[in-house]
Amino acid sequence: MADSDPPIIRLRGVTKVYGEGPTAFQALKGVDLDIAAGDFVAVMGPSGSGKSTTMNILGCLDVPTGGQFLFKGVHVERLDRDQRALLRRKYLGFVFQGFNLLARTSALENVELPLLYRGDPRKQRREAAMEALDKVGLKDWWDHTPGELSGGQQQRVAIARAIVTNPDVLLADEPTGNLDSERSIEIMEFLTELNKTSGITVLMVTHEPDMAAFAHTIVHFKDGLVERIEAGHKSGEAVA
Amino acid sequence: MFGTTFMLAIRSIFRHKLRSFLTTLGIIIGVAAVVAMVTLGKATTKAAQAQVASLGTNVLQIRPGQGFGRGGGGPRPPDFKEADVEAIARQVAGVKAVAPQAQSTATVIYQGANWSTTINGTTNAFFQVQPWPLVSGRTFSRNEEQAGNAVCIIGNTIRTNLFRGGEAVGDRIRVNGVSCDVIGVLSTRGQGGFGDQDDVIIMPIKQVQRRFTGNRDIRLMMVGVDPAYDSAQVQESIKQVLRERRRITGGKEDDFNIFDTAQISQTLTGITTLLTQIVTAVAAISLVVGGIGIMNIMLVSVTERTREIGIRLAIGAVASEVLLQFLMEAVVLSCLGGLVGLVVAQLVVIGLAPLMQVEFLFEPQINVIAFLVSALIGVVFGYFPAQRAAGLNPIDALRHE
Repeated sequence: MADSDPPIIRLRGVTKVYGEGPTAFQALKGVDLDIAAGDFVAVMGPSGSGKSTTMNILGCLDVPTGGQFLFKGVHVERLDRDQRALLRRKYLGFVFQGFNLLARTSALENVELPLLYRGDPRKQRREAAMEALDKVGLKDWWDHTPGELSGGQQQRVAIARAIVTNPDVLLADEPTGNLDSERSIEIMEFLTELNKTSGITVLMVTHEPDMAAFAHTIVHFKDGLVERIEAGHKSGEAVA
Repeated sequence: MFGTTFMLAIRSIFRHKLRSFLTTLGIIIGVAAVVAMVTLGKATTKAAQAQVASLGTNVLQIRPGQGFGRGGGGPRPPDFKEADVEAIARQVAGVKAVAPQAQSTATVIYQGANWSTTINGTTNAFFQVQPWPLVSGRTFSRNEEQAGNAVCIIGNTIRTNLFRGGEAVGDRIRVNGVSCDVIGVLSTRGQGGFGDQDDVIIMPIKQVQRRFTGNRDIRLMMVGVDPAYDSAQVQESIKQVLRERRRITGGKEDDFNIFDTAQISQTLTGITTLLTQIVTAVAAISLVVGGIGIMNIMLVSVTERTREIGIRLAIGAVASEVLLQFLMEAVVLSCLGGLVGLVVAQLVVIGLAPLMQVEFLFEPQINVIAFLVSALIGVVFGYFPAQRAAGLNPIDALRHE
């Protein structure tokens, strides 16, 4: 990435307050953060440090109380609910700690879901979903429901669902939190590969340094502020 | 977007087959009840009207006394005479024919089989007043009528019981010991609110008066009214003629009554219509209850699927799409319930119609209305849960356990 490229994400003085009056809680106290397109960022910090709040804002699921959030130059803090939904639909992919697949629904249908909302025709949906499942190595499992898949497989289906729309940014919230270390490394290697080959910007929240080590950039949060940023990690080399 | 949402709704409904079925049960029962009740009500009304029509439309029945069951004290008013029949036929405009009737009961014997029945003495005017064709044979000849010959026209029940359904015309039967030629057989009228109308023997009135009743009295006159004339006016004219002939003056009440079959028809229709409306109203309440059932389950469903809603919102569904999805589910559910209810209704009608002695009818109008109402119930009762789903915050919804 050339330094002259504008960052895909820019936070300026972002604050977030939950509640009102004396019980109000200030989760973010003025966060400044730039994330370049194509970066692989790990967000770390103890619970209550504001990392989850930041991820919710970056995922356009929540709006800041104050400050600016520019995504591809667009002021997200000025968008309404539906406009943010459309932004998520078009540019973002989500991977959650709890996988969050639709129960009793086949892997293929789960992966198809975002395309459904984009209004893609059936045939095109099928093909794209199968291609995404192929990328995560689960092509032969397309008709299995989440209940019939292992945790690692479920997370890979979730990743397939996140990337089926070819998003600009993939947001992963503790993607390995529910997996054993072997599966975790598999998932991390896959994310690294994805970041390299398709240039997707990956933002990942984790509390495991082993996992954070896969990222290029590690952002440390503390007490609602960015404590420090470790840039220039060489992806993949920190694996034990 | 509409097609996609529709497909999502269908998928979700068939993913929870039992729950979907239980949810729609209220609608199924409601629609089935409303449609079955209305259909059977209409069939009953139609049957009642047909029965009254079999008495003949525009027929007046004139009896001595002040109507049914209002005998009271005092001497019994006199029966009519042949001169009364002639007077009405001659003097009142708009009268097609006047059939006098003298009735008796008798035992009829044919080749060792015997049967108790009603003997109805009348004239050929009987067949002009009302539509009651013969299936075989002929009516009375002028001679037979005037001489009061021992000839008879038998109802279908008599033919079944004495002749075992065989040809009867040309045979002789004994009626209370009087040998009598069968000259005709009446067509079937069937069972009805008036008893078995086919259990009857028609004879010339003079024969009945001479051999059975032993007097020249006429207990009933049936008057056929020309449809071109106003029935009320004809009734009024008949009343004046009879009052004059029976010497009823001033403010004295009539000692006879005129009964219009059209009135029975109207009354019967009124009663069956009212009953149908009441039962339908009760059934309609069950439809509303069914709607509340759908709302209930949809609310449970929204709570249960909070995480699913969170996922959908996170991957970019806008609020209106989530609203439409849940609304569509409710509407598809209630429409499916409505369709099943329509099928059940037809089965109920097919099953009950023979028991109620009415014919099977298909009423397109009520079927269409009931289906549209079930769809409307889906919209009305599905909207609130759908709105709740669409209003969820994606972050909270995703964290929901």
